[in-house]
Amino acid sequence: MAFLRAFGAYLPSRVVTNEMLAARLGVEPDWIVSVSGIRERRYAGEQETVADMAVKAARDCLTRAGTDQSRIGLLIVASGSAERRFPGPAVTVAAGLGLAGVPALDLPMASAGSLFGMALADRLAGQYRDVLVVASEKMSTIVDQGSADRNVLILFGDGAGACLISEREGAASIVASSLHSDGAFANDLHLPFQGPLEMNGRSVIMQASRKIPRSIQETLAAAGRSVEDVEVFLMHQANQNLMDRVAQTLEAPAERFFSNISRYGNTSSASMLIAAAEWSQQAGFRPGMPVVFAAFGAGFSWGALLAAG
Amino acid sequence: MNRKAQILEIIREVAHKDVNPGADESLFESGILDSFALPDMVSAIEREFKIEVPDADLNPRKFDSVARIEAYLDNRA
Repeated sequence: MAFLRAFGAYLPSRVVTNEMLAARLGVEPDWIVSVSGIRERRYAGEQETVADMAVKAARDCLTRAGTDQSRIGLLIVASGSAERRFPGPAVTVAAGLGLAGVPALDLPMASAGSLFGMALADRLAGQYRDVLVVASEKMSTIVDQGSADRNVLILFGDGAGACLISEREGAASIVASSLHSDGAFANDLHLPFQGPLEMNGRSVIMQASRKIPRSIQETLAAAGRSVEDVEVFLMHQANQNLMDRVAQTLEAPAERFFSNISRYGNTSSASMLIAAAEWSQQAGFRPGMPVVFAAFGAGFSWGALLAAG
Repeated sequence: MNRKAQILEIIREVAHKDVNPGADESLFESGILDSFALPDMVSAIEREFKIEVPDADLNPRKFDSVARIEAYLDNRA
């Protein structure tokens, strides 16, 4: 069993509002809100890389943990929007944090990457002591800014999140997790080597609507807990309508689902950790408090993780 | 009520509209259903026809029109 010690986040300063996109796409700003819950998102600077944002989120996380990088034995970096095929951003992030010699692992999974990273860190912390999980995405460079598919462009934003997982101490312990992948629908959400991100939104919604609640139920059952016990759900911020649907399926109050998608859009793998960082600043774990993390994304890959204060 | 009428009733229920789509009319391209109504429709089909639609069959094309839904139910029979 490992502990969640702290979260961190970094959001670029450039705000792109619905009004700015709507004019270009020939839609009403309120239409974007109605189909996604998103009002604005952040775009990174032209020269700002996935690794740059990841380092900033990681530093924020370490500051909030009141520690430095000296105890980090493993770095896991999730990103589906890295600038080069190899090496992935993990080694660059490690260099930026002064982690020479520390193993740095990439998870090029997109949206579910941070959840998978947290679950792996839970299992590996016994060997590596503190494991730093970072997720960073520059989605603005991989969506078609020519707006060939307005349903894709409106969703995504840039940002990074981080989580420090420790073998010995933290605000909450990781109680259980479940991870799943099914490649049968891999082409329904993918980024080809040439060209922008391609998404079959209906397929994603259809699969996610079923798989996310099921994985949450599975994780809770493994820990002998129920939905009613969970005080906060920290989900991948994919779409507000999807989060509402998951709440409805689970018969859980929608207000227990922390949401910041209106301000940042869908930042893929980074979104769940950015949400966790904001939630932990506003509220955070209390002793015994059960919190569920959940994500779904390209692959498809999905899962859930239960932590308790 | 025959099967087609049952399907149309389900579509009206999840669309919250008194619609009458043609057999081959796309329920999505026509705007009758949005993406988030699709899981509701599949759940309603499961309840109405007492079947379980496995995740592997959750392909939007299989449920894109009344005719395709009928074809899917035929294959499941």
